[in-house]
Amino acid sequence: MSTSPPALALEGISKRFGAVQALRDVSLRVEPGTIHALLGENGAGKTTLMHVAFGLVSSNTGSVYVDSARVEIRSPADAIAIGLGMVHQHFSLVPAMTVAENLALGGHGVLRTREMVDTVRHIADLTGFALDPSARVENLSIGAQQRVEIAKALARQARILILDEPTAVLAPSEAEDLLRWIRRFADAGHAVVLITHKLSEALAVADHVTVLRHGRVVYDDAAARSSVHGLTAAMLGTDALASTEYVRAGGTAGAAVFVAKGVTIRDERGTLRLRDASFVVHEREILGVAGVEGAGQHELLRALAGRAKVDAGVIERPPRVGFVPEDRHRDAVLLDRSLTDNVALRDAARRRGRMPWAAIRAKTQNLMSEFDVRAPSRNVPLRSLSGGNQQKLVVAREMGTGDRAAPARGAHPVAALVVENPTRGLDVRATADVHARLRMARDQGAAIVLYSSDLDEVLALASRMIVLHGGELREMPLDRHAVGRAMLGA
Amino acid sequence: MLLALGGVAAIICAIVLLLLLGGYDVPSALIALWTGSVGTWYAFTSATLVRAIPLMLTGCAVAVAFRAGVFNIGAEGQLLAGGTGAAAIALAFPSAGPVALAIALIAGAAAGAGWAGIAALLRERFGVLEVISTIMLNFVALYAVSFLVRGPLQEPTHAYPQSSSIAETVRLARLPGAGRLHVGILIALAITLGVGWWLRHTAAGFRLQVVGESPTAAASAGLIDVRRTSALAFVASGALAGLAGAIEVLGVTYALYEDLSPGYGYTAIAVALLAGLDPWRVVLTSLLFAALEAGAGAMQRDANVPSTLVAVIEALLIVTVVATQAIRRRRSVGARTDDLELEVTT
Amino acid sequence: MSDALAPFLAATIRTATPLALAALGELLVERAGLINIGIEGAVLSGAFGALAGATAGGVAGGYAGAMAGGLLVGSLFAFCVLVLRADQIITGMALTLLSVGVTGTLYRAWYGASGAALHAPTSAPRAIVGLVSIPLLGEALFRQPLITYFTYLLAPAIAWWLYRTHGGLALRAIGERPDAAASAGVRVGRMQALAVLVGGLLAGLAGGTLVLAQAGTFVENMSAGRGFIALAIVVLGRWRPLGVAFGALLFGAASAMQYAFQAMGWNVPYQIFLAVPYLLTLAALAGAMGRARAPAALGRPT
Repeated sequence: MSTSPPALALEGISKRFGAVQALRDVSLRVEPGTIHALLGENGAGKTTLMHVAFGLVSSNTGSVYVDSARVEIRSPADAIAIGLGMVHQHFSLVPAMTVAENLALGGHGVLRTREMVDTVRHIADLTGFALDPSARVENLSIGAQQRVEIAKALARQARILILDEPTAVLAPSEAEDLLRWIRRFADAGHAVVLITHKLSEALAVADHVTVLRHGRVVYDDAAARSSVHGLTAAMLGTDALASTEYVRAGGTAGAAVFVAKGVTIRDERGTLRLRDASFVVHEREILGVAGVEGAGQHELLRALAGRAKVDAGVIERPPRVGFVPEDRHRDAVLLDRSLTDNVALRDAARRRGRMPWAAIRAKTQNLMSEFDVRAPSRNVPLRSLSGGNQQKLVVAREMGTGDRAAPARGAHPVAALVVENPTRGLDVRATADVHARLRMARDQGAAIVLYSSDLDEVLALASRMIVLHGGELREMPLDRHAVGRAMLGA
Repeated sequence: MLLALGGVAAIICAIVLLLLLGGYDVPSALIALWTGSVGTWYAFTSATLVRAIPLMLTGCAVAVAFRAGVFNIGAEGQLLAGGTGAAAIALAFPSAGPVALAIALIAGAAAGAGWAGIAALLRERFGVLEVISTIMLNFVALYAVSFLVRGPLQEPTHAYPQSSSIAETVRLARLPGAGRLHVGILIALAITLGVGWWLRHTAAGFRLQVVGESPTAAASAGLIDVRRTSALAFVASGALAGLAGAIEVLGVTYALYEDLSPGYGYTAIAVALLAGLDPWRVVLTSLLFAALEAGAGAMQRDANVPSTLVAVIEALLIVTVVATQAIRRRRSVGARTDDLELEVTT
Repeated sequence: MSDALAPFLAATIRTATPLALAALGELLVERAGLINIGIEGAVLSGAFGALAGATAGGVAGGYAGAMAGGLLVGSLFAFCVLVLRADQIITGMALTLLSVGVTGTLYRAWYGASGAALHAPTSAPRAIVGLVSIPLLGEALFRQPLITYFTYLLAPAIAWWLYRTHGGLALRAIGERPDAAASAGVRVGRMQALAVLVGGLLAGLAGGTLVLAQAGTFVENMSAGRGFIALAIVVLGRWRPLGVAFGALLFGAASAMQYAFQAMGWNVPYQIFLAVPYLLTLAALAGAMGRARAPAALGRPT
């Protein structure tokens, strides 16, 4: 046990959001010169805790200490002033501005260009990152943007660095590079908090591990004394290992449902994302899609779902494809409308004449019970449901069968489904639910295309796997290493 | 509900306060306000209900547009365009009677639709904010009418800035026993109620609402053609406002004037907002505002209170609506924040 | 020809001054990611404030009153949008309607009926010695009221602040990615509020210019859409201060055209000249909006 005071200490932090107790009397001590991993499942409270430390969120109880002195952190400006830096999961850079400008943001007085450029060079030397002061952030790759994000924290002389899921968007070898750098940074005497849900990562690089579950600390010990088994049990609250058993399909694949021939797709800005790709998805099959962020999966999924056009080539698909997008609030629901209205959204474009409200209400009721959507009634605004229940309704709507408005193709309840990060923000039970539904739909004959930024989730569900990299599409075996390498183009 | 009643009470207090501040005789002002609006049968029909007609239609126009996410502030100009179109037809075919009347009404709606169409095109093709373009077009319409009634359409003696009077047979008939109230009230009611039904019960109406509520969800989840839907809503909104102008010319003024509209198009915004953008409630709020404006006229005549007071009241009403909406939204933020926060926490 | 040029240029600058003031104010607001269509109300309130202030305290009092009027509208906007989180467009509309109503009512109550010409003290044009002797441009540019000279200096001053200081960088970041600015320690709400207040103040000054440096009186609805035109000028100027200044000049020139036409004896219906600024706005918006790059977070709900 180190005798020097902890660099950062959080004592007795509690935080409530509306009806949800996000954090319950959480304490955390981070020693200088160490990497402290903060583990937990989706929704455990890891990010919330660090948002409290960084001044983005106020806590209801508890205190924060830096170097044993009690501090009041009311805003990021305060946090930065006492030496905290945070690298967020969703980058907080201004895309239209240059690297130098992004690093300079938050300062005072007159802008001195030479000083700004020098700062960038200085950080570049310090970290070994390649940073171009005059490059516009929006033109940088994801990995490069993350390095700028880190540089931003260091430019403010951060001594305590908080990283929120930093490897989520990186390919395996980039992730390794980053972790190595974090180790060097800690060895230089700084303190690091590494928020992650990846056990292996934590054990590989951290000195100390804390596990949160449902907003409480359930485990806190040195990494050397921790095991995968113990940590998993703590994260999930059961003795059962997280299922690494890949439950395969019963039954063989059937007829082709999605057929892509020579498909080329450009994104909104005209950048080529996918070139001359061809593949088939069959009935009774889940096609998993893997790729680092920005590899073209966003565009491909939308083209498959009929929400976007292709620039060359052809995609044959059924007329009615269900789509579960990753940004639910923006693309899938009307938050201020009732559940009924949200269900009515699905076939809104093809209806003619009067709205069959009675039928839609009945359908909503069916979907709610079939998919266990918890809500006081179908008339409440969707906003009042928890995130998990909202997502279950979306999945139900896109998968659901209770509607006879669509012209029937044979008697198939659902022929085609495209799914993007379907369990983002859901707790363990809701996640398991959604996975079960996807498997059920597959068994009933559906063709499903699934992308998740959590590679393990995709591998657990997929019957087949394709990997996107550098505009190319490759089919890969269901092997984590092979897929990981392919994601990088190896 | 409680909040809305509180708002209305606050307005009444505000009226009294403003009257006191201006040093006006409150009792006589309030009495004038009452008798001028609903206190007598004549006032009710010929002052209030007559004003309610254009307010109802333009209020409906604004509601439809706003509902679709189109900020149509141009009801005033579209109304003028409609009045012009109707007057042109009516003056051109004085002997064709009811047929000409019907065509004139349709021409008015078409003219309003066309005027809105200009802004819709600018929005579609060039991404021009319709808030600004429709206001600009209001001014252009005003000056165009000014030019027409002093030039090509001016009455034969060239003494007054107005068109010739339209023939008796091409006018909207007055309702017997109801002063200056004319058949237009039936048209306005039928259309406004119809539009409300259409929004609630048709697929097209649902699509319009969805587009206004969340264009991204409409496109992605509903596969709705957002651009087409909002453009059509825009043009339909113009048609409704144009119809209001046509009815004013054919049923009230019987000629084209420069000041055909004492700002109905702008008041319509308050009417629509207070009605929560629901056409069925527009029927009620248009009556409220019509009564206020009728009463304001009486207040000015009998108690020397400037009629601009009503503009203040109308604005305060909007502010009340906006504030209550904001407060209501904050109450439900509790639920939303936890959802978002949980989303961010992985 | 050169006979007509000088008065034409002078008229251009005279017309452009209030437009530039209001547009520069709105520029700051929009760079902070907000749209204030209540600017029309702010201009009108400024005009009325100028009248009230001038009757009490001369020209200086007039400008103070103008700033107060604009500031009032600005603070109401800031309160409704930043504190109450109301919709920006509706709030702006409501404030404009409110301004029309309140100024009209107060004008009639305090100064009597039907807009009898009230003589407010005006600020006469002051020539700048030396500069005024420049051939062709000197008379037009440098024989103007003080407020115009202030405006000459304001545009480059704002340009300098916006691009050469941390404050300006922060404001621009807020208009692009408010979360990024916040996480860098920028006080987003405070800067947005300040931008709105300054925007209101400048719009008020614009209204004051109409009364104190041009008309010498107040008329109901005096702003006549100038605030809305300022919105268009911001777009036309591509959200850059110098661009905005030139945009204002363009509008000034278009309005001043009528004098040129009259001087040349062309008989055009006067309504066309009245309509020109508005038509020009439409054309400008159509041409400019496509190519211009608005601040990415412009108009997003707060």
